[in-house]
Amino acid sequence: MASNEDKPMEDKAWQGVVKDWSEDKETFNMPWGKLMMWFFLLSDTFIFSIFLTSYMNVRMSTTNDWPNVSEIFSLVIAGHHIPLILIAIMTFILITSSGTMAMAVNFAYRGDRKKTVILMVITALLGASFVGMQAFEWTKLIVEEGIRPWGNPLGASQFGASFFMITGFHGLHVTGGVIFISVIAKRVHQGVYEKRGYSIVEITGLYWHFVDLVWVFIFALFYLW
Amino acid sequence: MSEKVENKKAESEQAQNQHPISMYLKIWLLLFVLSSFSYMVDYYQLQGVLRWSLILIFMVLKAGLILAIFMHVKWERMALKLVLFLPPGAIAVFIIFMIIEANYINWNRLVSYLTL
Repeated sequence: MASNEDKPMEDKAWQGVVKDWSEDKETFNMPWGKLMMWFFLLSDTFIFSIFLTSYMNVRMSTTNDWPNVSEIFSLVIAGHHIPLILIAIMTFILITSSGTMAMAVNFAYRGDRKKTVILMVITALLGASFVGMQAFEWTKLIVEEGIRPWGNPLGASQFGASFFMITGFHGLHVTGGVIFISVIAKRVHQGVYEKRGYSIVEITGLYWHFVDLVWVFIFALFYLW
Repeated sequence: MSEKVENKKAESEQAQNQHPISMYLKIWLLLFVLSSFSYMVDYYQLQGVLRWSLILIFMVLKAGLILAIFMHVKWERMALKLVLFLPPGAIAVFIIFMIIEANYINWNRLVSYLTL
């Protein structure tokens, strides 16, 4: 840490930029893994933005009616027909997993290994249940509704292409995240990071929150629009 | 005096690691409520500009909370914030291009169907 840290950071945000870039040391004062994760997430932002932009483009340019998304993802629960309920549940699950991950990061830096592992395991389980529900959703759409990437009986054929590409790519990210979190949780449990420090938990957390962040955009722009 | 400065230094270094758990629970609750609101937009079948603006408002609020609090961007230095938020500006420009392009294609399709 530099010696002139006694002023609050807010007062010198822009001076800080000049200082960070001009000083004869690393520009970004953080573990390299964390910085690389941020760079990866920035590139991932571009990938998902391009998917969502192409979805916007085909939805705006098609002359066919867009299928009623609210109806497609409705479920009958206990005799009640509830629109979009599956997606709502998936949203709540992912937000909850993000909350438990944030707490895991906090406990990791406090050195509370047990709580960190428990919270990370809960996060991974919630993530796995999200993927499970997505598999159910895909099966329902493919088998029951006859939706394919090249067309569907409900309206604009672009719906299938956008749906499978966007949610499929997001689902892959969730699956990868579950594996990532599980591996790191196991290593935290083994005490691998006692000497190296626990920034790895924060890095894992950054990835997981990003997956949740992307879902916020997919939920709003694909499912609700 | 110098002890106080020392304390504050240590505090700012540890700041992002020492947030109380209650803060995360509050944000989690807030995200839950915001998600419920956006679900309500669909449940009550709000339409038109009201629907779209509410969807976008709740989306931006949720994304902001996740980024600022869960991902700790609020406590990061300006240099990193610039790295994260300047490049996506190119995406905004791209989206504008694609809106123009989509409208053009849609218009052309309608015209060609009419003249067939």
